[in-house]
Amino acid sequence: MHDPFKFSGKALIAIAILIAALVALPFIAKAVGLPATTPLATRLLIYAIAAGSLNLVLGFGGMVSFGHAAFYGVGGYTVGILFQHLRIGEPLFGFIPGTEQFLIAVPAAILVAGAFALLIGALALRTSGVQFIMITLAFAQMLFFLFVALKRYGGDDGLIIRRRNALFDLNMRDDMTFYFVVLIVTIGFYLLMWRIAASRFGMVLGAIRQNERRVAALGIAVYRYKLAAFTIAGMGAGLAGGLVANYARFVSPDMLHWTKSGELMVMVILGGAGTLLGPLFGAFALVTLETVLSGWTERWQLFLGPILLLIILYFRGGLSGLFKFIGGGGK
Amino acid sequence: MSLLFVEQVLNGLQLGVMLFLLAAGLTLIFGIMGIINLAHGSLYMVGAYAGSITASSTGSFLLAIPAGLAAAAVTGLAVEYLVIRKLYDRDHLDQVLATYGLVLLFNESVSLIFGRQPLFVGVPAALSGSVEILPGMTFSVYRLTIIVAGLVIAVGLYALIQRTRLGMLIRAGATNRDMVRALGVDIKLLYTLVFGLGALLAGFAGVMAGPLLSVQVGMGEQILIMTFVVVVVGGVGSIRGALFGAIVVGLVDTLLRAFLPQLVRGMLADPSEADQLSAGLASMGVYVLMAIVLLWRPQGLFPARG
Repeated sequence: MHDPFKFSGKALIAIAILIAALVALPFIAKAVGLPATTPLATRLLIYAIAAGSLNLVLGFGGMVSFGHAAFYGVGGYTVGILFQHLRIGEPLFGFIPGTEQFLIAVPAAILVAGAFALLIGALALRTSGVQFIMITLAFAQMLFFLFVALKRYGGDDGLIIRRRNALFDLNMRDDMTFYFVVLIVTIGFYLLMWRIAASRFGMVLGAIRQNERRVAALGIAVYRYKLAAFTIAGMGAGLAGGLVANYARFVSPDMLHWTKSGELMVMVILGGAGTLLGPLFGAFALVTLETVLSGWTERWQLFLGPILLLIILYFRGGLSGLFKFIGGGGK
Repeated sequence: MSLLFVEQVLNGLQLGVMLFLLAAGLTLIFGIMGIINLAHGSLYMVGAYAGSITASSTGSFLLAIPAGLAAAAVTGLAVEYLVIRKLYDRDHLDQVLATYGLVLLFNESVSLIFGRQPLFVGVPAALSGSVEILPGMTFSVYRLTIIVAGLVIAVGLYALIQRTRLGMLIRAGATNRDMVRALGVDIKLLYTLVFGLGALLAGFAGVMAGPLLSVQVGMGEQILIMTFVVVVVGGVGSIRGALFGAIVVGLVDTLLRAFLPQLVRGMLADPSEADQLSAGLASMGVYVLMAIVLLWRPQGLFPARG
């Protein structure tokens, strides 16, 4: 069988160069006197994980989930709340002790986000098409209100996490160290995405996107596959949320805001939905755009709107489509 | 207590009517054109801004209504002509992203022009004050006007769709778009009319909301997401579903907000925490309602026929 996710030699070299560049980045940033690039790149990698997880449902599975930021926020709050309980020395719900161990807090973020995704997905996947879009958006909004209401965890103002989670004896406060932790997690995450996309599960998911009825007619339980993908994607977003809570040392309901879901979707689409590394490039494009434009004007979204419109209306296939177009290949 | 309950039911009805004005347009646009339009909330915002600014600069609410309607309709037609037309044959993902781009554009432009400070407009003098509707119970004339106007519009829409030639084409278009086109109906014109109608309804809702809410950037999305809940609860593409869904959602939301705090306050020691928690739980209520409807009837309570 032809494996569409098997890399050619050329692609492997390109990926090796990409990884080498990412490893070298903080050293170069330091050498040329732009140390602020390292935290920026950290944020970029975290977004790349969040967008990559959305890509599993949106790109591979063809499910237009407009509430992905909910799981990202739930992951962030898991880390934040566990830290808060450690700080006040009072177990959560009376029996779960707080923690600042990275290896406990971040997996907890993944699991909790996955549980929410399982629950929301189980309901939302009872429908499809436009209802699915509306429902995922609405449930995300519901969780947004939940965290606004939790005054004990900061409510509207968000929750400050005084220090990053501890991982072995690493100095996590150091931006470069934290960058490498995130880089390793990101590489691991993308390796996993690659294996998922190439697996039988990934194949079925792609087939569902192309023709759901036919897959169902083949006797495959479509709902279960979709729900599994939705849950895995939620876990990925929870991972990104747990990392960003560590990165920013702050979580707030803004993480679950519907515009955040929109941004994640834009990253996936900019990079080209359903491609392995697309979300990484999409995250890169959006973060760069944001950085450049917001250096210029506070209202960078004023430009994002029309740019998005132009890309959707005239350049289908995201950045790769744009490049093809510029390269003379046409649309 | 029971009088308070009646008052809150009326408030819920008023919210339901507002939601209906938006949901009707959204569901028609989806049912007939197959377009999911996130920018529907922006049209509501445009109506609210145009209405509020006209009302505060001329002092006349009677002028504010046509101003809001005109602004929303012109914006809606421009959006339809420039963007939506290109999206008819696209999948939902492209529609969501393009209209999301429109939302960003509208929100940022409005905050650039009018600033981030919310606008406040008073209730028009002729409709201010309250009227005794039951012995010992008064209710705001303005809110009552909204309820009546909304119900009149609902009846008007029903008549338009069930009794006129245009309505017949709309129903036909919702059932089988290609067949209508094949029969020689100018489907583009029909689409433009439907979109314009939706924009008018959203603009009207915006103008009427002006004196009740603060007019600010982001108001459109807040109500848009609730409108989605209405459409999902009522059934996509059905006006009847939009009406019932809107009233159910309006009532549930308002009654929870009114009565939940007392319940929660009884259970929690800290009253301020109880208030914030109950406010949050009340905001979640309509989504829980949606979840229940989905478990029971995934297609909504009144799915479109055909």
